[in-house]
Amino acid sequence: MDLLNNVVQGLLLGGLYALFATGLSIIFGVMRLVNLAHGDLSVIAAYVALVAVDVLGLNPFLSLVLVVPVMFILGYGLQRFVLNHTLEGGPMPPLLVTFGLSIIIQNLLLEIFSADSRGLDAGRIEDAAITVTSRLAVGWFPMLTLVVAVTVLAGLQLFLERTQLGRGFRATSDDQRAAQLMGIDNRHLYSLALAIALATVAVAGVFLGIRTTFSPSVGPTRLIFAYEAVIIGGLGSLWGTLAGGMVLGVAQTIGAQLSPGWAVLAGHLVFLAVLVFRPNGLFIRQAAV
Amino acid sequence: MSASTYRVVRSSRASRIGLAVGALLVAGLAVLPYAAGSGTLRTLISFLTLVTVAQMWNLLAGYAGLLSVGQQAYIGLGAYALWVLADEVGVHPFVAVPLAGLIVGLIALPTAGLAFRLRGGYFAIGTWVIAEVYRLVIANIQAVGGGSGVTITAASHIARATRQNVTYWLALAVAVGTIGLVYGILRSRLGLALTAIRDDETSAESLGVHVFRTKLWVYVLSSFGCGLAGAVIYLNLLRIQPDAAFSVNWTALMIFVVVIGGVGTIEGPIIGAILYFILQETLADYGSWYLILVGLVAVVITLKAPRGLWGLLTERRPVHVFPLQRHVRIDASGEIPPVSGRPRSACADE
Repeated sequence: MDLLNNVVQGLLLGGLYALFATGLSIIFGVMRLVNLAHGDLSVIAAYVALVAVDVLGLNPFLSLVLVVPVMFILGYGLQRFVLNHTLEGGPMPPLLVTFGLSIIIQNLLLEIFSADSRGLDAGRIEDAAITVTSRLAVGWFPMLTLVVAVTVLAGLQLFLERTQLGRGFRATSDDQRAAQLMGIDNRHLYSLALAIALATVAVAGVFLGIRTTFSPSVGPTRLIFAYEAVIIGGLGSLWGTLAGGMVLGVAQTIGAQLSPGWAVLAGHLVFLAVLVFRPNGLFIRQAAV
Repeated sequence: MSASTYRVVRSSRASRIGLAVGALLVAGLAVLPYAAGSGTLRTLISFLTLVTVAQMWNLLAGYAGLLSVGQQAYIGLGAYALWVLADEVGVHPFVAVPLAGLIVGLIALPTAGLAFRLRGGYFAIGTWVIAEVYRLVIANIQAVGGGSGVTITAASHIARATRQNVTYWLALAVAVGTIGLVYGILRSRLGLALTAIRDDETSAESLGVHVFRTKLWVYVLSSFGCGLAGAVIYLNLLRIQPDAAFSVNWTALMIFVVVIGGVGTIEGPIIGAILYFILQETLADYGSWYLILVGLVAVVITLKAPRGLWGLLTERRPVHVFPLQRHVRIDASGEIPPVSGRPRSACADE
């Protein structure tokens, strides 16, 4: 079939996955926390945007002005008052707590918004496309998503490299104890890390809401895609995550072309293949861990 | 005074009482089909399978530190293995249940090779992805029913009462068997190895514990147990749908039961399953609020009482219905006690 078209659409889709995955990657990098509620938190962002659109009549893109700060504050509070208490005693407590949170969030959303699929209407941009050739049309919205993803990633990269706080993140990620000895307040730093992660997830959630419909139960799928992007790209590399998201996106669009039922499965199989042949990720030198 | 000799005590008063009460309880449960109605049996089948899968998750996560969120894979595979054996191969459905467990254990072996490339939290999501792969592969193959699933017709030909009674006995046997299996493992060398790994993996390895092999054994055994449970569950339900059989909710259920009861104890999952059933019977009408409550309880217990309900109950006075420790008792009498099998380590486990 149209391989070129599939690859292009897949690459663009990868931008969205990278937006989801970046937050997961930051949280793991800084506090070694695997957040099983990550996908559900992005669904919260989509619903906050939905309320902003319905109640305040905002354009979905404009709703980001509200959604991003809300998620930032939610992230800070969640880490400060709940997750910071799970970080002693191995990987089990954070996993159990975030899994519990995932169930709580899904059912709360179900109770408030019902199980109906909802969507954010961004108007004409959703369907507008540039026709490159008769067989290749590139949508404005997927392109915008990729541009936003690259901008967010570049911003984060700059932030991590150039700012005092960014250095604190990197120091903690390298050696938590040593960073603490140098005077870094872990509890505050961790809370800021989740706040920033959820701010990026907010963007991802809103863009997802515009791209497709969502319901309270779609969180786990988002978590799994984000996770696959991180592992395919290689842990600890922001640009690797973007590339990982793109590989996943291409695998899914090509899989969907073969048969609609194979889209998600094709992504999973690529992920498993990476696990077997390049367990440190495609875009990391294999010596590095 | 003569030189003191010692003996190693591995039972406690609680364990002797527990054994007696447990034996009576199992005997009582075994004759129940002659007295109880169909509804009671159905409830007990799901209770017993819940105890089974919770024990299996506890062995996996509580003892081996393998935090799987993908054990639903083996429940689903157990169900489908039962269907293949009973309907396609023509094995009697009751005989097919243990065979299904074995098949699932065999599938778990190569699966572990893949999943073990990931650690900690990433292992958790990795096992989830693998479970999703099994679900999607089955849902996409029409020969095994595709997305709409299959019905175990061979089992539906058996008289209803017979089927239900035997399913109930199988559930009871599997539950008692897995509790016995976990107890046996934890009292054996493998159990000591597991305890050492849990406390410090690197030190355990340096002392000669085969960390990888130990974890692999636990993973395969735990999957075997989930496969058995899956076969029993679907022998009761008869209709298998991939989305339900491979639902992550199975693992959520295991986790909640273990966390509420007490991670890393054999008593915990049993207590947790009882409490979960009481909660369910009283609050199930509240729908999603009930699930929110269950989630909250799990979060609060993890944060405030990480040893669960059993930990709270026995905080002041340690009770070991399933004692795993070895206690050394010094006898000053000079009598030579019959020490059989000198302990390699006199003091182990906690």
